[in-house]
This record gives sequence, structure tokens and C-alpha cells, in this order.
Amino acid sequence: METHQDQESIIPPANRWIRRVKKIRSNRAGLLGAFLIAGLILVALTADLLAPYSYKEQDLTIMNSPPSIDHLMGTDEFGRDVFSRILHGSRISVYVGVVSVGLSVLIGSLLGAIAGYYGGILDRGLSLITDLTWSLPEILVALLLVAVVGAGVECVIIAIALTYWAQYARLIRGQILMLKNEIYVEATRSLGATDYTILFKHLFPNAIAPVIVAATIGIGQAIVLEATLGFLGMGAQPPTPSWGAMMSNGTAYLFISPWVIIFPGIAMMITVFGFNLFGDVLVDIMDIREDTLK
Amino acid sequence: MWQFILRRLLLMIPIFFVLSVIIFSLIHIVPGNPIDNLIGPGMTKAHEQKLIEKYHLDKPLPVQYGIWLANLFQGDLGTSIIEKRPVAELLRHHLPYSLSLGLTAIALSFVLGVSMGIISAAAKDTFIDHAAMVVALFGVTIPAFWLGLILILIFAVWLNLLPVSGSGDLLSLILPAVTVGLGGAGLIARITRVSMLEVASRDFIVMLHAKGLGKKAILLKHTLRNALIPVITILGLRIGWVLGGTVTVEIVFARPGLGQLLITGLFRRDYPVIQGAMLLLAMGIVLGTFLADVLYAVADPRVRDQHQ
Repeated sequence: METHQDQESIIPPANRWIRRVKKIRSNRAGLLGAFLIAGLILVALTADLLAPYSYKEQDLTIMNSPPSIDHLMGTDEFGRDVFSRILHGSRISVYVGVVSVGLSVLIGSLLGAIAGYYGGILDRGLSLITDLTWSLPEILVALLLVAVVGAGVECVIIAIALTYWAQYARLIRGQILMLKNEIYVEATRSLGATDYTILFKHLFPNAIAPVIVAATIGIGQAIVLEATLGFLGMGAQPPTPSWGAMMSNGTAYLFISPWVIIFPGIAMMITVFGFNLFGDVLVDIMDIREDTLK
Repeated sequence: MWQFILRRLLLMIPIFFVLSVIIFSLIHIVPGNPIDNLIGPGMTKAHEQKLIEKYHLDKPLPVQYGIWLANLFQGDLGTSIIEKRPVAELLRHHLPYSLSLGLTAIALSFVLGVSMGIISAAAKDTFIDHAAMVVALFGVTIPAFWLGLILILIFAVWLNLLPVSGSGDLLSLILPAVTVGLGGAGLIARITRVSMLEVASRDFIVMLHAKGLGKKAILLKHTLRNALIPVITILGLRIGWVLGGTVTVEIVFARPGLGQLLITGLFRRDYPVIQGAMLLLAMGIVLGTFLADVLYAVADPRVRDQHQ
């Protein structure tokens, strides 16, 4: 392990990235994960071209019809094509997943870095709030926040961001605590660097790797959380097709047209599976000890 | 040992206060007013004013919090604004359904998860290992509500084996408990596997092999005991996760637990009910974490000694 790390550090950065890409290529699970994520993004971008039908066009003559050649995944209670709605729904999922996790990484790493770097009473206060937020079930925090900010896509993004920041804060704090006593930090300080420079120019880039991994897996979790909120009637409002809202409407027709629920769920599962596989592989590629992620 | 437990118990007091402040202040930033839902066409401004005064909605927030906290210590959690029944009574009515579901689910996820983890670690890099880990990953990734709906579809509608929903007997507990438990099982299986493999590579296990001890004895007696410690920690930290799963699953199975009480409360903006249910759920989590910490200290003497 040690010799491996030594080798890694003497390789120039550009070659290090080539090696990392090679590592993904040689790891079948990671390749599958990368493939699934790329597919999802592609579908989200080209949903208009790919979808055989409009996502809101109703045709009451074919309500709740089972999967067929014309409608691959059947139709819902308004005769809308489920397949087309799933393709369009991927947009909401990707949008909410990426933006909410991006925001929570921003909040979390800022607070975590400050807590870890300055320590003392600031650290204690921030850590108590972080740990409490982290220990509460995310669905409870998100539900409360949605009740505060209201239903709708943007509100869900804010709620998820304010729910998830704690895990990134914990990660960054731990990393900064470990790194801030390194000799190179001491050297930079004696050269007259300010706290700001040390923290954001020197410590941050070294501390961010585990956060990138956690965030990759986090996007998948955020997509599930969005769908769960949508299922409880607090997500995107109709006729916007979101996977959660589709399933929520479908519950009333569970016995008549189960395909309305089955297919969005499978789409979501494949998505989350992709982010998880890719995240697991990133742990290997970036040489992160597994226990830093807990 | 007792000192450790006492110290841990005392720590719960500040946690309780911070939690109660967080819950209280979040709820009261909610726009909209529960009184709006009560006002009928025949009501005058005077009526409205009277209701607002009755529920102290005209006072500043810190005062409202003080009144709520003072009543809380007298066992009075307020009265549901919509249902007009004491919140304590509502909680007592709904708690058993959540408690039975939560405990069954935790037990199920522990037994299932640890067994899967052991099998996976013992058969490392074989087909069985890969298959078990794929199942575990799916367990973690499948949203609980969707799994619940699919289980209803398979076991209640197509096979007609179990009731779709309900709250009475043990039969109606099976599907919700499996739904919540599978997610936890996946998580625990993954952690158990990693932990078992880590312990298995340590010197003392290698020594036991060299000594000629049977593989089974090493695996179950020595490796497992040490490997379970991180599993217990994660179980304690993530106990809220399991309880969070019960909230949505209760909606899917129409089980009249705390989750259902909370969600209907949120939709109707019934402040006292939301506060009561959230606080009870949060306290359940804090208590669960405490129990896990104690269990952790029982399992690992090093933790106990550290605190003395």
C-alpha cells in the first residue's frame, strides 16, 4: 500500500489522470456505472427527440392500457404514454440531483472547512449542528423544509441541499483536521500566507477527493429523495412529469395499471445503481481509504 | 461502565434542547396559518382573534417556545388544532404501530444483513459474493415506497397471500417490515463484509490459522465478534434512517403510525401535532443512538476504558 502511494506521488499529474481513466476502463462495474450515468444525461438532454409522444398529451380513449407495440410501457389514467413521461421525467431527476448536491457540497464544505481549520468553540458549535442534522432521518428534515419553503421543484432542491450538507461538512472537517498539521502548511504560513490562502488554495484541493466520491453517490440518493417527496405530493407539480409524482398518481390505479408504477421505479433504480457503482469505483481510483467515507 | 452510561445519558439533555429549538423554529417559519383551515364562512374577525389568542399565535416566537416547553415538562404537548384532541393522546394512539414496525424492521435488517455479510466475506470474489453484493446494493438503492408498492402487487394482489394494508394483526406487519428491513439489510451486509475482510487480514487471525484452528471457528467466533463492532456503530448512527423509512412505508400501507400522523399534520399545518410527532421521532433516534453506544461499549472493552 505504502509503496503504491509513493509511486503515485512521483507520477506527473497528467499521467496520473490517464492512469485513473485506465483504471475505470479495466473495472467492469465502474464502466457500467459510467455508461449508465452517461446514458441518463443523454436521455435527459434529448428527451424531446427520443420520446415517441408528448408528455402531457391526453388521449382518454386509451386510458390505462397495458404495454404494447404502440405504447412500450403502457399508458396512465389520462392515456398519456408512460415511456415518454419517463424520458421527460429524467430531466427533473438529473436537474434536482445535480443542483441540490452541488449546493449541499458548497454549504457543507464551507462550514466543514471553517470548523476544521479554526477549531475551538466555532468547531464545537458547528459540529453539534452538523451531527444533529446528520443523525435525523433525511426524509424528516426534507419534509419539514418543504413545508417551510413550499412544494415545487426549486423548493425541493433547497430542501435537499439543506438536508444533505451535513455529511459533506463532516467529511471535509475530518480531512482538514488531518491535513492542517502537515509540514507544507506550516511552510506556507511561515512564508506569510493568509488563512484564506492556506485554507482554500492549499488545504481544500487536498481535502476534496472523498467529497467528490460521496457527492457522486449522493446524486443518486438525492434523486430518490426527490422521488419520495414527489410521491408524498410535495415535489414537482402536474403536468410536469417527475418519476415520484408519476408513481404517486399511479398508486390509485395500482390494481388496474401497475405498469404506471413499475417502470418509473425501474428507471430510478437503474439511475441510482449507476451512481453507486461509479462512486464505488472512484474510491479505488482516487486511493481513498474506505473508512474516511463513513 | 456505569460512569460511561451516566455521561452518555447526561449528553442527551443538551441534544434534546437543541432538537426542540430546531423543530420548533422550523415549523414556525412555515408560511400559512392553521387557523385559516378552521375559519368557516360564518366566522367573524372576533372569532378568528379568539382562536389566535387561544393558541398563542399572536405572541413572539421565543414566548411561544417557552410556553410550549413549560407545558411539555408537565406532559402537556398541546391540543391538535384540527382534530381538537390532546397531542399526547394522538401520539399514544399512533406510537405502537410505528414502534412495532420499526423494531421488527431493525431486527430483520440486522439478522439478514449480518448473515449476508458473513456469507459474502467467507466466499470472497466468488459468484455468491458478487450476487449477494448486487442484492445488497439494490437493497440500499431501491426507494422504500416503491419496494412497498411492488411487494403489495406481488404478495397481496397477484399471489393473494398477505393483506394489502391494515394495522391489526401480525400478518399485516410482514410486508411493511420487509419493505423497511431490506434497505437496512443491504447497508449492514455491505459494512459487515468489508469489516469481516478487514479483521480477517489481521495478525491474530493469521495466527489462529497457523495454530490449526478450524475455519468455521475462526470465522464465527473470532472474526465475526471483532467485525461486528463497526456494524453496531453504523446501526446506531443510521437508526434514524430505518425510522425515516417507516414514515413513507406507513403511507404506502395505510398503517396508522407516527409517519401518517406527521404527514397529515404537515398538510393541515397542525403545529402541535407536527411538533409532537417530530419530537417523539427525534427522541427515538437519540435514544437509539444511545443504546447503540452502550452496546458498543459492552462489545468493545477498549471504548469503556477510554472513558474512565
